[in-house]
Amino acid sequence: MIYRYFVCWILSWAALLGAVNAAEKKPVPPKTQLIKMVYLAQEREAPAALSNLDPFIQNKGEPGADLAVSDNNTTGQFTQQRYELKKVIVPTGGDLLKAFEQLGDDIGLVVLNVPAEHINLLADSPTARNKLLFDAASRDDELRGSQCRRNVLHILPSRAMRADALAQYLLKKRWQKWFLVVGPTPADRLYADAVKRTAKRFGMKLMEEKTWTHDFDSHRTEQADIAQFTQVGDYDVLVVADEQGLFGDYLDYRTWLPRPVIGTQGLIATAWHRTHEQWGAVQLQNRFLETTGRWMEEEDYAAYLAVRAIGEASVRAKSSQVQAIKDYMLSNAFTLQGYKGVPLSFRAWDGQLRQPILLAAPRSLVGVAPIEGFLHPKTELDTLGYDQPETTCHY
Amino acid sequence: MNRFNLSALSALLLFSSAAVAETVFVTLEKDNALAVVDPVDGKLIKTVPVGQRPRGIALSPDGKTLFIATSDEHTIKTFDAETLKQTGKLPSGEDPETFALSPDGKFMYVSNEDDSAVTVVDIAAKKAVHTIKVGVEPEGIAASPDNTWVVSASETTNMLHWIDNQSRSIVDNTLTDPRPRAVAFTADSKQLWATSEMAGTLTVFDVASRQAVQSVKFDVQGVSSDLIQPVGVVIDKDRRYGYVALGPANRIAVIDAQSFKVEKYLLVGQRVWNLAFSPDQKRLYTTNGVSNDISLIDLTDHKVSKSVAVGRYPWGVAVKP
Repeated sequence: MIYRYFVCWILSWAALLGAVNAAEKKPVPPKTQLIKMVYLAQEREAPAALSNLDPFIQNKGEPGADLAVSDNNTTGQFTQQRYELKKVIVPTGGDLLKAFEQLGDDIGLVVLNVPAEHINLLADSPTARNKLLFDAASRDDELRGSQCRRNVLHILPSRAMRADALAQYLLKKRWQKWFLVVGPTPADRLYADAVKRTAKRFGMKLMEEKTWTHDFDSHRTEQADIAQFTQVGDYDVLVVADEQGLFGDYLDYRTWLPRPVIGTQGLIATAWHRTHEQWGAVQLQNRFLETTGRWMEEEDYAAYLAVRAIGEASVRAKSSQVQAIKDYMLSNAFTLQGYKGVPLSFRAWDGQLRQPILLAAPRSLVGVAPIEGFLHPKTELDTLGYDQPETTCHY
Repeated sequence: MNRFNLSALSALLLFSSAAVAETVFVTLEKDNALAVVDPVDGKLIKTVPVGQRPRGIALSPDGKTLFIATSDEHTIKTFDAETLKQTGKLPSGEDPETFALSPDGKFMYVSNEDDSAVTVVDIAAKKAVHTIKVGVEPEGIAASPDNTWVVSASETTNMLHWIDNQSRSIVDNTLTDPRPRAVAFTADSKQLWATSEMAGTLTVFDVASRQAVQSVKFDVQGVSSDLIQPVGVVIDKDRRYGYVALGPANRIAVIDAQSFKVEKYLLVGQRVWNLAFSPDQKRLYTTNGVSNDISLIDLTDHKVSKSVAVGRYPWGVAVKP
C-alpha cells in the first residue's frame, strides 16, 4: 500500500517534471547570445619625439575597440546577440603574462595591443589554448612567418606589405633608384629588411645604404648635417627607415639633391590615415572624431577591425563559440567591411588580414595599393606581403 | 478658323514637346550644383547652384517639386521643378544622403548615416514626425508602391530593416550580403531588390515572407571581382528587366527580371552609381562619378547611345517629363 503510494508519488512528480520541460520549450523570448571579449593592452612610455606637433597618445587602440563594440551591439539588437568588452590595461613594466593568465577560461576572444616581443609569450601560455588572439598593433614579419602561431590573427599590415605597397607605387612612377637611410634601432633594421626584400621583388636598384647614427656634430644644424650626409651618387628617391620618428622628418627639403622622401616619413604606407575619406571612410572618421575628440590612428583602426571581425563572424556563424567564430573567419565566406573599397579577409596561411594599404603624405592621400596593374590570380590584395607560396609560416 | 488654328498649333506643340521629351537633373557633389540636361540633344543646358555637397535627388509624384539632399548643410532643400528656385527646407537630421518619397508624395524617409536612424518627414508640414533607430550607417532606402513598407539598408550592420508604414516600427530584420547599398521594390510591391557593394551581388527578396529568393553574382570578364561593386538598382514596371550599376567596374548589368540571368553588361562612364528611367521607360540615365558625365542608354536595344559631360562628381539623377 505504502509502496503503491510511493510509485504514484514518483509518477506524478515525473508527470509534473515533464510538464515543466514541455513548458520550457515554449517560451517565446529568444535567448540572447553573449559574446565576451577582452582588450588587453600595455601602457607605453612617451617616446622621444622630434616635435610637439603630435601629442603623445597613451590610449591608441582602445577607443577603436569601444566604437566597434557599439557597432556590434547595434547589429546585435537585431540578431539577439550582445557584445561585452572587458579592458585590461597593464602598466609599463607590469606583468603582462600574469594579467593574461588571470583572464580566465570563459573569455575566448582577446584583442592585444602589446609590444611585438610579448605576443608569442602570451600565445604559447596554457591559458591561450582555447583562445583566439587578435594582434592589433604589431607589424612584425617574423610573427607572421617562421614564428607564427595558429591562435593569433594579425590585423595591421606587416612591414613587408607596407614596403611592397610603396614599391608598387614607385614602380608605376618609374622611380627605381633608391637611397636607403636606416636608423639605429632593431625596428629600423627590420623595416630596412622589408625594403630590401621589396626592392629585389620589384627590380629596384639600391644605389646606396647609410645608417643614421645620431652622432653628427651637435654644433651644426641639421640643415648642414643632412646635406652632407646625403651627398651620395644619384638616386630617384630617398627611402627612410625610422619607425620611431627620431630623424626622418628632418630629411625632406634638406637633402643634397632635390629628391622626395618616402618610407617611415614623407610618403608613408599605412592601414589608416586622416586624409582617407573614400568608400565611406569619412563616416568612420567622423564617428571616431566625435566620440574621442582626436583623429583615428592606425592602432585604433586595427582594434576597431578586430572587434568588428568578431561581430561579423558571430552574426554570420550565429555563434558565441570561439571555434565557430574562428572557423567562419578563416573560411572563404568571411568578408569584412573596412572602408577601403574592397572586402577584407584573413590569409589562411599566416593569419594576416588582407587589405589595401594607403599611401599618404601628411595632408594628401597619394594612392592606394595594390596599385592598378599589379595582378594576382586570386586577389590583387595578395600582391602585398608574403603570398602563400613564399610564406615561412607552417603551423 | 481660329479654333482650327489653335488646335493645329497645340498639335504642333504636342508633337514638338514629345520630341523634346524629358529634362534630366543631376546633382554634382563637388560643384555644389545641379546640372540640367536635355537628353535628346545630349546637351548640358545649364548648371544651377543648390548648396553644399548635393547628393540624393527626387521629383515629387506630381512633378512640381524637386528634393535635393545637401549633405554638408544637413538639410533637404525643395526647389520649384520649373524655375529651379529654392522654395524651402526640410528637417532631415544629420548628413542626409539618400531618401525615399512615399508613393503619394506626402512623406519622406531619410537615412541618417551618422546617427543610425531613419527620419520620417511630413513634407507639407515640413516637420520630422518620427525617428526610427536602425543599424549602423543606414544608406539605401525605399518605400513600397503599395505604401505598406519602408525598407532601410544599413551598410555596416549588413541588414535590411523592414519598417511597417502604419506603425512606423521595425517588424523584421534580414541579414544580407556585405555592405548593402541600394534597395528597390518591383512595381507590384512583391519583390525587393538589394545590392551589396562588397559582395558584388544582388539579392532578391520575396516581400510577403521577407526571405531571400534569389542571389545574382556579377562577373565581368577582364574586370577584377574586387572592382565589381553594385550600387544603384532599378526594375522596369513590367518586371521584364532590372538594371544594376556596378560602380568602379564601369558597367551596367542588364538582368532578366523573370529568370534573374544577367543578359548583358553595358560599358558606361567611370564609377557608375545611380540610375533613373525616362518616364516612358525607354531610356535609362546613369551618373558616372569619376568621369564626370552621365550615360544615356537606349532600352529598346540595350545600347549606350550617348554620354554628356555634366560637371564634377555627378551623384544622383532625376527625370522630369
